[in-house]
Amino acid sequence: MTLTGPATVSMGEPSETGRFGDFGGRYVPESLVPACAEVESAFRSAWSDPQFVARYRGLLADYAGRPTPVTECHRLSAELGVRVLLKREDLTHTGSHKINNVIGQGLLTVAMGKKRVIAETGAGQHGVATATAAALLGLDCVIYMGEVDTHRQELNVFRMRLLGAEVVPVRSGSRTLKDAVNEAMRAWVSEVETTHYCIGSVMGPHPFPWMVRELQRVIGDEAREQCRALLGGADPDLVVACVGGGSNAAGTFAGFVGTSARLVGVEAAGGAAVGRGAPGVLHGMRSLLLQDEAGQILEAESISAGLDYPGIGPEHAYLAGTGRAVYADAGDEEVLEALSLLARTEGIIPALEPAHALAWLVRAARDGTVPGGSTVLLTMSGRGDKDAGQVMELIGDRLDARLAAKS
Amino acid sequence: MSAAAGAVGRGVPLEAALRARRDAGAKLLVTYMTAGLTEDWVDYLQVMVEAGADAVEVGLPFSDPVMDGPTIQEASVRALARGVTPEAALSALAVREQPVPLVAMTYYNLVLRAGLERFAARAAAAGVTGAIIPDIPLEESGPWEDAAADAGVATVLLAAPVTSDERLAVLCRRSRGFVYGVNLMGVTGERSSLAGSAGVLAKRLKAVTDLPVVMGFGISTPQQAVEAAAAADGVVVASALMRAVLDGASVVELGAAVADIRRALDRG
Repeated sequence: MTLTGPATVSMGEPSETGRFGDFGGRYVPESLVPACAEVESAFRSAWSDPQFVARYRGLLADYAGRPTPVTECHRLSAELGVRVLLKREDLTHTGSHKINNVIGQGLLTVAMGKKRVIAETGAGQHGVATATAAALLGLDCVIYMGEVDTHRQELNVFRMRLLGAEVVPVRSGSRTLKDAVNEAMRAWVSEVETTHYCIGSVMGPHPFPWMVRELQRVIGDEAREQCRALLGGADPDLVVACVGGGSNAAGTFAGFVGTSARLVGVEAAGGAAVGRGAPGVLHGMRSLLLQDEAGQILEAESISAGLDYPGIGPEHAYLAGTGRAVYADAGDEEVLEALSLLARTEGIIPALEPAHALAWLVRAARDGTVPGGSTVLLTMSGRGDKDAGQVMELIGDRLDARLAAKS
Repeated sequence: MSAAAGAVGRGVPLEAALRARRDAGAKLLVTYMTAGLTEDWVDYLQVMVEAGADAVEVGLPFSDPVMDGPTIQEASVRALARGVTPEAALSALAVREQPVPLVAMTYYNLVLRAGLERFAARAAAAGVTGAIIPDIPLEESGPWEDAAADAGVATVLLAAPVTSDERLAVLCRRSRGFVYGVNLMGVTGERSSLAGSAGVLAKRLKAVTDLPVVMGFGISTPQQAVEAAAAADGVVVASALMRAVLDGASVVELGAAVADIRRALDRG
């Protein structure tokens, strides 16, 4: 792959119909059209209201712990021959970038006069974040989660319940994330007058892809200034983030799209919508989707539940088409290796999702795709605690063998 | 694209057929069959027609049917597990000519994947003269409406209880065949009683359009059908019939269920 891209693409507002190039739009049943229009108009006024923005920024600072630092990884950099900087979203309250979005949408729910939020979740990170924001703001909260995922992520189910949310196991379809989205949309249709659907990524019908990117752009805006401070006013050569729906990547890229930095999104090999998908319409948006020749949506397969989504946010499909960002993927095995490498060299255990971004970087640095001496900002979108049990099952034996060989 | 007129299929034109029945004083009964649900699904469709359906919606199953409740979801999952594709479903329909209009009901991704013109032409060739695609609202449905019209397929638009007067007017102007009034805020599926919003929307629609107004969602029993049809021109009954097939109803039994609804509507 080549990493060159023109710096002429901006990440501004989508068109009036919610499009980024050919992607996006508002493909929802008539019953949801007024609700989407209401969210759009509410967000538009909130986002230009200094008081709303001050409350949002205030909670991000005092409650979520922003700004998050940029950490220079000296030992990993020495190992890879490139200078690696991590944007530490893993250090926020609840342990991932998801909190930035839910605080914004939680405040918006209050501003719209609604008292209840619903959300979908895959691994449970967005569900926990939404339940957290709901508790903070005094909102009722219902989380839709595929039944398969409720078993795989029992601890997160308990966390959500502890935070006062009701968790509804979804038994339709494949009983995973995409079905949780379907079920949340079905529920939203019947409760739309009292309830806001807090979508967890830069996906769904307009205005969600744009709104969630705006609520996540704090990652990129902070990181750009922090990089400039660290790099004597320069920008990194490369900005890398993992992509499922793509919210942490969108937030990160938004801060750097106007610089000369090359942008790289890393998908899970088993869920590579840019790599293997085709244009289609799902969950309210036109984007790139994993689908068969008849148009039936396929299941994504990855060790990372957070990247287990058969689509990608429409703005990423647009950025991929323009070449401003490039999208690569990483496989399960190299992801586990990268996770161990960061743990051993820097004392940071990443979540499986950002470990995909790291795995690509390790490979690209070693094969010369990223030239030696480059400076790379990578968004560490979440901490690895949630995955520790799963990783132990996957590589615990290997770790034992390595330790035995040392002694 | 008048050249495409040659692609117009041999099905019964939707709007003309429904208007003729309405003008003859009948309440319209539109039933629904999930394509591929059983080996003999076309026999179920056939018996619906024989038992008095004025049109039949043919559900082309999609992996992610967001407007459908548990029953149609289950029927879709079962049909997909049996390997049905839109192409196979349409081929099966093409074998037998039906004396009433057939309306394809599906989701936009299956249409997009085939290509708008190709899908419309293929449906028309199979005898389909109408289409309902619930996940494209007015703002997104223009290209499909044009492609469908060129192939002689009427795009039926859906109106919801929350649709504003302004949108309702546009929607009625653009809908073809009939206007589908969604009785309630929610997904398809059986309900124990008819939503109060049903009558209100039916009246609003009748006040602004001369197209047949057919109400659907949550109509499970003959009595509910009569109630829902009172302020409108007719009803769609879908989930209750698919529930029966899922629970093992035979072709004859399903025919009897449709005949019950027909009789109730005729008695008024």
